[in-house]
Amino acid sequence: MHASTPASATAKLAAAHSRRRSLLLAARRSPLAAAGALGVIAFVLLALAAPLLAPQPPDAQRLEYRLAPPGRAFPLGLDQLGRDILSRILYGARLSLVVGIVVVALAGVLGTAVGITAGFVGGHMDGVLMRVTDVFFAFPPLILAMAIAAALGPSLTNAMVAIAAVTWPVYARLSRAQALVLRRQEFTEAARAIGLSDLRIVVRHVLPNALGPLIVQASFNMGEAILIAAGLSFIGFGAQPPIPEWGVMVSEGRDYITTQWWVPTVPALAILLAVTGFNLLGDGLRDLLDPRLRQR
Amino acid sequence: MARYILGRIASVSLVLLGVSVLTFFIAHVIPADPVLAALGEHARDDQIEAFRRAYGLDRPVPVQFVVYLGRLARGDLGVSIRTRRPVAEDLREFLPATVELGTAAWLVALLLGIPAGILSAVYRDRPFDHLARLGALAGASLPVFWLGLVLLGVFYYRLQWFPGPGRLDVALSPPLLRTGLLLVDALLARDGAVLRNAAAHLILPALTLGLFSTAVIARMTRSAMLDVLYQDYVRTARAKGLPRRRVIVLHALKNAMIPTLTIIGISFGSLLSGAVLTETIFAWPGLGRYATASAVSLDFPAVMGVTLVIALLYTAANLLVDLLYARIDPRVRYG
Repeated sequence: MHASTPASATAKLAAAHSRRRSLLLAARRSPLAAAGALGVIAFVLLALAAPLLAPQPPDAQRLEYRLAPPGRAFPLGLDQLGRDILSRILYGARLSLVVGIVVVALAGVLGTAVGITAGFVGGHMDGVLMRVTDVFFAFPPLILAMAIAAALGPSLTNAMVAIAAVTWPVYARLSRAQALVLRRQEFTEAARAIGLSDLRIVVRHVLPNALGPLIVQASFNMGEAILIAAGLSFIGFGAQPPIPEWGVMVSEGRDYITTQWWVPTVPALAILLAVTGFNLLGDGLRDLLDPRLRQR
Repeated sequence: MARYILGRIASVSLVLLGVSVLTFFIAHVIPADPVLAALGEHARDDQIEAFRRAYGLDRPVPVQFVVYLGRLARGDLGVSIRTRRPVAEDLREFLPATVELGTAAWLVALLLGIPAGILSAVYRDRPFDHLARLGALAGASLPVFWLGLVLLGVFYYRLQWFPGPGRLDVALSPPLLRTGLLLVDALLARDGAVLRNAAAHLILPALTLGLFSTAVIARMTRSAMLDVLYQDYVRTARAKGLPRRRVIVLHALKNAMIPTLTIIGISFGSLLSGAVLTETIFAWPGLGRYATASAVSLDFPAVMGVTLVIALLYTAANLLVDLLYARIDPRVRYG
């Protein structure tokens, strides 16, 4: 443990100041990315605070007001069963957040493990692992996710497993490309020369340096997961009614598109905003991490 | 080049073998009971036994896999549990509708996406660029199933500008099916009424399905054009006094198309994926709708058949793109 000296405290302050400055600069350089980051933060906060913010429990019915339009009493209106759409959107945000996090965790860990192993070990192991990855790439995602979700049985949990199963190969390709470069770097060879094990080199040196593109992909993957989960729920292979998942809400309200437009449209706009937020954030992070794009 | 093509075909064959292993795994190892789905909960034991024997489900899994591969090599995809017809026959019936829709959506994506991307790059940071980028962003994030509902609701129910779900009005009788592609068959039969009606039926689903790919292609084209527009050779061409349009189309676009081509190939997969949702909304009798109905009833021979055929189409599209890539870009070295 180091004792904190005035000099180190000053250095820490300067570092924090410089981080804040570079964040501000980044926000100014890419206002869309900053909007994406704000959108994502708002989405996460709304999801976490749903029980505090929701005016009603998500399944509470007020049949006497069913299909009430958006107004002062019900800001986003009521659905065909008299349920408050705002409350269901807020609780739905929690589900979407969970879907995004679980899919990114499952797909990210699996894909990165496969990709780093392939890139770092090389040889036959690389060949075999990348052919397996190619097989998963040969399927359009929704088709494979639907087949897996159908086989597992329709539920949101199984949909998450299915989506992770179709999205991990991107992480594998990205992390393999990183590992191929990093394993030839001097610091990796130095670590090997002082006798560190391969696992230790990967965890301590390769993985932290490969994280940039993987974080960008994680942001895109969050949006993609929310979109595919909603699609699966819409056709009956994901969350099941009366769960307030956004895809389920659009599906349940589909007959009201021309008469009570808000019933299917509000959840669709929620999906649009959340996915746009993650896509913008991903775009912005990619631009920030890519020196070529940064200069343009 | 010939060596490269042979190598790619060999690697594609390997991938397709993997695809068949994976689809088999999904259908046989993941715990769901197709027997229960086909016969219902109240089926008698002897019925269940007969069903399992009929579909070979009573044999050990490795034996089932070998039998499955043997059949696959002969083009036999098994018999659908739901329709009781050979899956290959079902696919022959439903595939043309998806190919027609997918091609139309692809055209929408190319005709809208590429010009939008080019103009966006040429007029960088101007109002058109901002509008196009925002549109592309929304297009890539919009739930396609909602867009389909809105287009149907507005342009069919409300305004009645376009016909409703399906491929053809009920009042019209389809032409003699030669290719299964209604537009082509109507042309061959010189049936103008069917041709017009089928084309009108195609517009809303093609727009719905094509939107996502339009957005992706527009973004990629813009980015690739920006990369190229600031290269020295483009500046030189302009300095030589060549007209701006000529430089953009002949010098810049040609090189910008190389990365765009990859995305165009990949977008074919997203079109097939999106077809599941679009066909469900527009009651389009294609592979996507067939796949959804089959998956609901745990009809695994059918689901495996669709998955395999779609993976085959997807892989073939990517192979085609790779070959085009090698042809267009002389810098690409293969060996």
